[in-house]
Amino acid sequence: MAGKETDLLIVGASQSGVQLAISLRALGFEGHIKLLGDEDHRPYQRPALSKEFLQGTVESESLIFRSNDYWDEHNVTLVKGARIVRVEKGADGSGVAHAASGESFAFKRLALTVGARARHMDVPGGDLAGVVYLRNADDALNLKRIAPEATDVVVVGGGFIGLEAASSMHKMGKRVTVLEYGPRLVGRAVGTDTSEYFLDAHRGRGIDIRLNARIARLVDSGEGAVSGVELEEGTVVPAQIVLIGIGVIPNTELAEQMGLAVENGVVVDSNALASDGTTVAVGDVANMPNPLPGAPAGERIRLESVNNAIEHAKVAAYSLMGRREDYAGIPWFWSNQADLKLQIAGLSLGYDSTVVRRDDERGKFSVLYYRGGQVIAVDCVNTPLDFMAVKSALAKGQNIPAGAAADPAVALKSITTDA
Amino acid sequence: MPTVHFTDTAGTVRDIEGNVGDSVMETAVRNGVPGIVAECGGSLSCATCHVFVRDDDFAALPPMEDMEDEMLYGTAVDREDNSRLSCQLRLHEGQELHVTTPETQV
Repeated sequence: MAGKETDLLIVGASQSGVQLAISLRALGFEGHIKLLGDEDHRPYQRPALSKEFLQGTVESESLIFRSNDYWDEHNVTLVKGARIVRVEKGADGSGVAHAASGESFAFKRLALTVGARARHMDVPGGDLAGVVYLRNADDALNLKRIAPEATDVVVVGGGFIGLEAASSMHKMGKRVTVLEYGPRLVGRAVGTDTSEYFLDAHRGRGIDIRLNARIARLVDSGEGAVSGVELEEGTVVPAQIVLIGIGVIPNTELAEQMGLAVENGVVVDSNALASDGTTVAVGDVANMPNPLPGAPAGERIRLESVNNAIEHAKVAAYSLMGRREDYAGIPWFWSNQADLKLQIAGLSLGYDSTVVRRDDERGKFSVLYYRGGQVIAVDCVNTPLDFMAVKSALAKGQNIPAGAAADPAVALKSITTDA
Repeated sequence: MPTVHFTDTAGTVRDIEGNVGDSVMETAVRNGVPGIVAECGGSLSCATCHVFVRDDDFAALPPMEDMEDEMLYGTAVDREDNSRLSCQLRLHEGQELHVTTPETQV
């Protein structure tokens, strides 16, 4: 039995799922909303899992998005522990979603906010105790539980999650080694100048970072637990915890089963509508037209960020209300690693030149990215003024000429021009 | 219990009881107070939890750190002398705090 039909079924109690419900209520959507999560937790914020929560400086209650009263007052029913495995849907958008438990949920409209999951590393020893991933609250709770026993931690992957977790574990007193497969850190999200800066900064703070690292196997202590990571060149890096952070894979299985177009995520139009024209897909799981003003026509992108989950959910909320609204704002990202606060505004995709602003005495560093003389993005370390200046300029369609920007003593806001 | 009195630009006041140790931002967001966005969840990265603090309450707050000060230059509505980022304001026992939310945060 599918129970009472809900007006909107949101599959995925994620940042985007929560925002979709909130935005719909703000827009006056009056129907009943059911928000399904596959975890045994109330909807929570993920970013702190690798940082403040891991370090114990924020409590789990602080990660909860909204109070139970809020959801009750807004006629949103939360369901925990419901993993949807199959959806039957008609042409009008309505249907029934079936959970692994056998429970089913009837709906008038469907939203997929199912996010992404940690990419697993296929390596000998990959299933030993102490080999962990960090995506969900349970992952973080597990890591917190086993951390006190460990003195040596190896982090596989020098991306955001890897470096945040490495910084956290280092702060918790562990000897930390980061093994990065590629030739530089955070290669997918920042340019070479920023990669170099982070390499020096983390090494200077006491984290051992090895680039171009090739892992042969994870070593068994003899008792089924990991004791180290053996590299192809033969050395073994000791580790009682191996944390693997090598990216995520969008959870497209449901969309595929439904016959929706899928290519590096669920393919959606600029209104967050999937190829069936009725289902919305939002956030990490969605592959959408690049929303940046001035982006080449037809360019598509899948963004993994809080900001995108929120802004994309707003677009989807309008769409479900029968309105077409453009994606608003400039994509931005942040990553806190030890005392390094990285803020990124814009997308550096396709840049042809950079300007580095660096003041080592004050620990400030930023890189502006240009395409054809127009600023398109900025990476900022401990320089919120630069971040704010570029984010604002991008939002207003302005430019910050490269020549004048090179002097770190000059405020970017003061040299911003109408493009 | 500490109480935060949120006034929006239309003059509507919401009195929200908070927990000791929680931030003003968390107190607002968890209870759905409009006018506080807080995209970054309190990690001092987004400047979307900007509030104006009533002058007598403002004087009693702990001073802001450099990072908060710099972030306040990037708020959607320009900062004033009584501006703070509400994620940095921790509630203490018996506190009565009066804040006004700006017209927009983004």
